[in-house]
Amino acid sequence: MKMRKSQFNLLTKIFFYIVLSGLSIGFLIPFLWMISTALKKPEYVWVFPPQWIPNPVVWKNFPEALKIMNFSFHLRNTLIITSLTMLGTLLSSSLVAYGFAMFRFKFREVLFMLLLSTMMLPSQVTIIPLFIVFTSLRWVNTFKPLIIPSFFGSPFFIFLLRQFFLTIPRELNEAAIIDGAGYFTIYRKIILPLSKPAIASVAIFQFMGAWNDFFGPLVYLNQMEKYPLSLALYAFRGVYSTDWHYLMAASVVITLPCLIVFFLAQRYFIQGITLTGMKG
Amino acid sequence: MERKSRLAQREAKYGYLFISPWLLGFLMFVIIPIIASLYLSFTNYELFKPGTSWIGFKNYIELLTQDRLFWLSLYNTVYYTVFSVPLGIGVALILALLLNRKLYGVTIYRTIFYLPSVTSGVALSLLWVWLFNPTYGLINVLLGKIGIQGPGWISDPKWAKPAFILMSLWGVGGTMVILLAGLQGVPEQLYEAAELDGANWWQKFRHVTFPMISPVIFFNLIMGIIGAFQYFTQAYVMTGGGPVDSTLFYVLYLFRQGFLLLRMGYASAMAWLLFIVILLLTIIQFKLASYWVYYEAEGR
Repeated sequence: MKMRKSQFNLLTKIFFYIVLSGLSIGFLIPFLWMISTALKKPEYVWVFPPQWIPNPVVWKNFPEALKIMNFSFHLRNTLIITSLTMLGTLLSSSLVAYGFAMFRFKFREVLFMLLLSTMMLPSQVTIIPLFIVFTSLRWVNTFKPLIIPSFFGSPFFIFLLRQFFLTIPRELNEAAIIDGAGYFTIYRKIILPLSKPAIASVAIFQFMGAWNDFFGPLVYLNQMEKYPLSLALYAFRGVYSTDWHYLMAASVVITLPCLIVFFLAQRYFIQGITLTGMKG
Repeated sequence: MERKSRLAQREAKYGYLFISPWLLGFLMFVIIPIIASLYLSFTNYELFKPGTSWIGFKNYIELLTQDRLFWLSLYNTVYYTVFSVPLGIGVALILALLLNRKLYGVTIYRTIFYLPSVTSGVALSLLWVWLFNPTYGLINVLLGKIGIQGPGWISDPKWAKPAFILMSLWGVGGTMVILLAGLQGVPEQLYEAAELDGANWWQKFRHVTFPMISPVIFFNLIMGIIGAFQYFTQAYVMTGGGPVDSTLFYVLYLFRQGFLLLRMGYASAMAWLLFIVILLLTIIQFKLASYWVYYEAEGR
């Protein structure tokens, strides 16, 4: 009897592995196709049936594609936007989250509900007036409309950090005050060091968000020299719309940093998603 | 007593100080723009064009009664939402159920399923344009291998929306991770009790798993619908709304009116209608939730 049960378990296990592996192939194939195309000789891109392993492997598609799309120049723009919005978001969101998590004040719950409800507000409602204001401030075609709002906290990240801060005992806050420490000292010396995993989650999400952002740059930037990578790739496609070996090579390079960050920091990713997804 | 209230006052003061960046941002980037947007929606404002005047409900009336593309874009968006959101949650749930076992190497599969969600936007949209190529694209090549003549996907008005729905299923990783966390939070004793009562696999899912994770599914449903109504980047990059406006989604049309034709008053009215639709849908879902979402506290 026992024997039969363990045999059954083994069979179900094998079944699960087969299903999971099949699905994995389905999820990975588009990536493999992207890499395969990126390494093909141009005329072999249009061969039917297509070859999976490129022969010959054309590595020079990469330097050529990057050169044509002026990659390093646009990378600079992306890095400026990404790093400054990361700085702004981390600074402001953690301060605000600390305020919501550790202090009692009038209207706190109401304000927090307001904050949560802004996550449901479609950004299209605010973007037109903001565009008009930024136009009159002559901020269009600068990075300011993309960067400056990040210094005023992002509801999603404030929520995420607050959830984490709530797990830190309030007594720590109170004890430190009795010891004569100021609130900013507590924030800097106790809260932030204890919250490294949550801070890491926010940093990674913001990195990914800014790196991939398309709508913001599309609205606010219309000079080629200001384009970040996302817009530059879009423009590249407009000119080289059938050169798939180049387009895929550029896509691989633009996707790669996100994949690397994900592999290095997977733990924080999963944790961050879980922290915000569970109960609002 | 007095000392205590002074402490409380100090605490409140610092509380406000710490949240002040958000308060300021909320005022500048949310409240004032919302009011301005509402005002604009009742005007014929066009960027760089003098002579703006108050025109009452004219934008709304034009949208609702004369603008064919408004209704078409709303239809396209509803179509996309109705299929992509439930299907996405269904696929994510199946993946999460498969992963919710003590199997060796299960985290590797989780990583693989999540991978497409790490990157989004232009690069992956381009990849899918290539995958959907009617002749040389991978999807039709694979379909051809099993003897099916694949459709034109994003170049065929009939198949363009299904193509976007299919593509969206590739990105269910985020939902899957949230659902997996929900599944891992279901107490083991509930399953043991169900097994003692002789429940089979389906009964356990129906009466234990599903009720226990229904709040998580509800959360994903709400956020999924809000996201689907704002679908933009992929459609903008891959089809630009075509062919024959079959993928002209709502925000794409709004963008066209507001930022290409610069009819910003009109586009503001569109934004407000979108807001109202999303708000109504969310309220309806909260009302319906009591029929299927299980909250532990009520059950006791």
